Formats: sequence, C-alpha cells, structure tokens
Amino acid sequence: MTLQVLYFAWLRERIGQGRETVETEAETIADLIAELRAREDRYDLAFSDTSALRAALDQRLVPLDTPLADAREVAFFPPMTGG
Amino acid sequence: MSAPRIIVTEADFDLGAEAARLEDGPDTGAVVTFTGRVRDVKDGLHYMQLEHYPSMTERALTDIAEQAQARWPLSGVTIIHRHGTLRPGDRIMMVATASRHRDAALQSASFLMDYLKSRAPFWKKEVTDKGASWVEARQSDEDALESWGKD
Repeated sequence: MTLQVLYFAWLRERIGQGRETVETEAETIADLIAELRAREDRYDLAFSDTSALRAALDQRLVPLDTPLADAREVAFFPPMTGG
Repeated sequence: MSAPRIIVTEADFDLGAEAARLEDGPDTGAVVTFTGRVRDVKDGLHYMQLEHYPSMTERALTDIAEQAQARWPLSGVTIIHRHGTLRPGDRIMMVATASRHRDAALQSASFLMDYLKSRAPFWKKEVTDKGASWVEARQSDEDALESWGKD
C-alpha cells in the first residue's frame, strides 16, 4: 500500500523532512515504525524512544499498535504541547 | 446548542469581541474566557515557534469542544489557537464558554484547557539566549487530563 507519512517537531528535524510517500506491507503502525527504522540511521535514531512517540492515522490520534487498514496518512510526532 | 467556534490562525484575535459574541440571549448567565500568553523564560525568550498539523488541528479542536458540549449545558464554545512565531507577551490561544450557570462555564473552560495541552496537535519550540529547544510535554498535564476521566 501507498501511505503519506508525516513528521512533526523534533521527529521532522531528526528525519530531515516533513512528509514522504512510503510503499509498505506493514500491518500496524508499530510494523511501519520497524520498517522505517531498518531503512537508515536517521529513522532509527528518531524512533528510538517510542515512549516519546505519538501517532495519528488519517488525522486521528491512535495507539501505536493500531492496524493501518486502508489508511492514507500516518503522522508521527512527540507528545503535544498545545494551550 | 450552537456549533463550536474554532479558529486556527497566525493572526492575533480580539478578546473582547470574542467574549461579546457569547453574550447571546437572555439564558446565558455566565461567560468564561481564558487567554494563554507567551511568558518569558529563565534564559531570556527571544521567540517561540508554534508548529501544528494543519489537516488535523481543526478536527481535534472541534472534537474537544464537542466533548465539552456533551458534558455541560453550554450555549456557546470558542477555541482560538495561534501558530507561527510568537513573542513574549503575545496571546497564544483562548477558550471561551457560555452557559446558564457559572459552574458549567468555569468547569468546561478548565476541561478544554486540560485537553488542549495534551491533545491538540501543536508543538512549541523556544528560542532563547542558549539556543533553540522543543518544549517537553509535562506529566502533570497528562495527569490533569486523566482527572476528567476517560477521553
């Protein structure tokens, strides 16, 4: 499947881009993270602490074990600091 | 119950005009507004950069506002959140709630603030004399959210 993958805040800085198109066979968000980490050091480093990682699937905040199903967009970011 | 008023913008907003909008109808006995401002930090804040997730932000804020409307009898809810470059003293955001009674207006405004802290897709980067650093989320903010029950 083809996914739009977005990165925000320090994840964006560590990976060096805000958005990319990814071809993946991953079943869950966690599987996708494992795939990305295996690609290059900068991904491995950015995703090294999953306790500081949040994800949204098609713009909704979800746990990392959520199946990708037929999602089109996955976003990764640190805990939010709004308000 | 009217639809929540949700605004995500780089521009400043008119606090008085926003409060006045909620003073609508003879049944609204209480209007609460909360404004968050950029404060200076220990190392001298030059500015703050507020990043957000444009396609998610409005939806997340609407969702939070609708949760407040489901919990309290509100005649109006407004959430305005800025992004971009903000300097000490600038307004960052506001929430306003209106209800027949003050308890509902006060509690729902507090609820909205607790949710915005940890569930609205914004990230703050501070640029000080010592350089730039991302503001870390605080456990106390997460705990505050928990105190309202399941989200």
